[in-house]
Amino acid sequence: MRGATHATWAAGAAAVALAVTACGGGGGSGDGGAVLSSSWGDPQNPLEPANTNEVQGGKVLDMIFRQLKQYDPDTGEAKDMLAEKIETSDSQNFTITVKDGWTFSNGEKVTAQSFVDAWNYGASLKNNQRNAYFFAYIDGYDKVHPEDGSAQSADTLSGLKVTGPRTFTVKLGQKFSTFPDTLGYPAFAPLPRAFFDDHAGWLKKPVGNGPYMVDTYTRGSQMSLRKWDDYPGADKARNGGVDLKVYTDNNTAYTDLMAGNLDLVDDVPAAQLKNVKKDLGDRYINTPAGIIQTLAFPFYDDAWNKPGSEKVRKGLSMAIDRKQITDTIFQQTRTPATDWTSPVLGADGGYKAGLCGDACAYKPDEAKKLIQEGGGLPGGQVKITYNADTGSHKQWVDAVCNSINNALGNDRACVGNPVGTFADFRNQITDQKMSGPFRAGWQMDYPLIQNFLQPLYYTNASSNDGKWSNKQFDSLVDKANGETDTATAVKTFQQAEEVLRDNMGAIPLWYQNGSAGYSDRLSDVKLNPFSVPVYNEIKVG
Amino acid sequence: MGRYVVRRLLQMIPVFIGATLLIFLMVNVMGDPIAGLCGDRQCDPATAAQLRREFGLDQPVWRQYATYMGNVFTGDFGTAFNGQPVTELMGTAFPVTIRLTLVAILFEIVVGIVLGVVTGLRRGRPVDTGVLLLTLVVISVPTFVTGLLLQLLLGVKWGWIDPAVSTAAPFAELIVPGLVLASVSLAYVTRLTRTSIAENRRSDYVRTALAKGLPRHRVITRHLLRNSLIPVVTFIGTDIGALMGGAIVTERIFNIHGVGYQLYQGILRQNTQTVVGFVTVLVLVFLIANLVVDLLYAVLDPRIRYA
Repeated sequence: MRGATHATWAAGAAAVALAVTACGGGGGSGDGGAVLSSSWGDPQNPLEPANTNEVQGGKVLDMIFRQLKQYDPDTGEAKDMLAEKIETSDSQNFTITVKDGWTFSNGEKVTAQSFVDAWNYGASLKNNQRNAYFFAYIDGYDKVHPEDGSAQSADTLSGLKVTGPRTFTVKLGQKFSTFPDTLGYPAFAPLPRAFFDDHAGWLKKPVGNGPYMVDTYTRGSQMSLRKWDDYPGADKARNGGVDLKVYTDNNTAYTDLMAGNLDLVDDVPAAQLKNVKKDLGDRYINTPAGIIQTLAFPFYDDAWNKPGSEKVRKGLSMAIDRKQITDTIFQQTRTPATDWTSPVLGADGGYKAGLCGDACAYKPDEAKKLIQEGGGLPGGQVKITYNADTGSHKQWVDAVCNSINNALGNDRACVGNPVGTFADFRNQITDQKMSGPFRAGWQMDYPLIQNFLQPLYYTNASSNDGKWSNKQFDSLVDKANGETDTATAVKTFQQAEEVLRDNMGAIPLWYQNGSAGYSDRLSDVKLNPFSVPVYNEIKVG
Repeated sequence: MGRYVVRRLLQMIPVFIGATLLIFLMVNVMGDPIAGLCGDRQCDPATAAQLRREFGLDQPVWRQYATYMGNVFTGDFGTAFNGQPVTELMGTAFPVTIRLTLVAILFEIVVGIVLGVVTGLRRGRPVDTGVLLLTLVVISVPTFVTGLLLQLLLGVKWGWIDPAVSTAAPFAELIVPGLVLASVSLAYVTRLTRTSIAENRRSDYVRTALAKGLPRHRVITRHLLRNSLIPVVTFIGTDIGALMGGAIVTERIFNIHGVGYQLYQGILRQNTQTVVGFVTVLVLVFLIANLVVDLLYAVLDPRIRYA
């Protein structure tokens, strides 16, 4: 009886809310001018091309900028966008010609100078750009960005020279045959004068040269992007614009999609994966992205870096039932890994299914034997360290441990070791405090096999968190970078990958998919290899 | 009275300093926030060092705190990692949360006290037992369950409300979230009022008032309720601060970009400036609400005097 009273005034309150909000609705007609809404997260860093290193900020850059190259949303292949031609004879000196007729949305022409200024800005230490290391290949980087943090002795990269209104040259510090293919990364975007003249103003309302322009931007809550009608490129927006709405929680975004208040979520929450097919049918997308999850090892710890321990590492890899974990915990939004790259590269790009071979297959008996041969687990137990604040890392780490424990017939063989926050987790990695395997993930910067190997496993590379070092691997990577023929370069990289396999420098776990869901107002929705929706191709109505 | 207020205000200073220092130390213990700023890869050491210098993280903690407090007194709460001044974040977050808190407090006052009076006057009757059971349920069910359930039923199944609150967050959209946020406190207010009313009903002054032949509603509102409200006012007063700071769960569920959301982001990113700034303001709100409660006692019960 009382319960009814309770519900009555709740309903009354809701009715008031409804009456007030009802007028805010109204659907779009099926024309190219209709606007769609999409979920968004607050970018972690100020929104500048060379300062954005996470998906949420990258999403915006993808809409308002076009670089010299553009990655094909289907194949990931780097195609010329603003580049008319990029020429080299020695894989070290490049001459770049920018296409004519491109402007920024404020009318300013895109010239060679727009690129050179932007790159110099991105590389310079005093500008604190998180992605400065992308310019490290260019000659003179050590002068504008001294690694030890001492005063910089130059403001501009000596390797960059403007030779004409539309041409400039790039001199690299070493041979790097696939360098032109990296130029599709947003850090390499050109910048208009307005960026330098009124930096604070630009950050409030960024101006770029892409198919969309920023209409309004309320930091932390919403960005409205509208189609730029005079956009000179071939990939014009097929909708009137996109409203990016910041959600405090991806579950709420999903609920809003269900309620018909949102058109697109590009991150289906793990808790909803079970229902998503029933809820959305074929409006649910689950496609491979350039992300691989691995377990890295602390090679600075002698226990993991003595003769024979490669057998222990290989044994651990064989004790993990990848298929079962990806099926049950991730609802097939991840695929068991059989190499150290990603399927989005394609066979020509360097992905080689099965390169890992038996070492990545679930073979509990052999696993046990191998670990014994290798001298057993260091200290009798492995602890897998992970950060517990985000993602569902606890679930899969526990599952991996379970699998290892079952294979070895010892329920104390593997335990998870949670760390409270991501920052603390990164601290412990940087300070080399890991005592056992730890969670490692890699989201590619550009779809190249080089990007999956060099930053992660080359001696002292920027993301070589386990400090794995192997002379043979290094020299093969060097050799591959020096090749002028792409196919030969890819083959050489794969040889390096085989060295990585034979030593089990890191255990590949699974490739991650991008997942998205959309309302029935939309069509032609897909995710690119970076798991970002290809907004300009979406049709509304 | 005036001297009392001044004394209370002066007492706030050490409490304020102590509270902020504690928060400052707690956030600092969590480790170096710069490490998490570059995603799953290591920041290059030069940039990391530069960022650390910019945010003052290379200084010893006591000096960081001294600088911070110095700046706070000039109205500068520092900069969040995304380059936004913390005062700007506060400017957008606090109005939203204040509106949400107002809705919640209104629910507590109106619904909570009415139910409390009704049950207190009818002790032991079915109405009383029913409300008691209901409040027990509300207290024992966690906020996020209530929130998600209401969101699912009202927002998705029946379509009465939008499951997510818009950026502007007008009052109308905050009614359901406000109710969710208030629910647990509401139950406590009901129970407190009920007990207090039931107790005072048998007191001499109520009997006297009735004997004088005063109308029943006047006895209840002017005599009985006024005296019974003291514990309730105390509870609601302290609850204001708790609601503002504790809105994290509710704000997350209903996508409200208020204080809770900013605090959550600040803690996740270990952004000392954001967390300390917001908590500082919350501490102030708490202290002032407490003072107001103490002053209200005299209004409710003239026998209470301040010296």
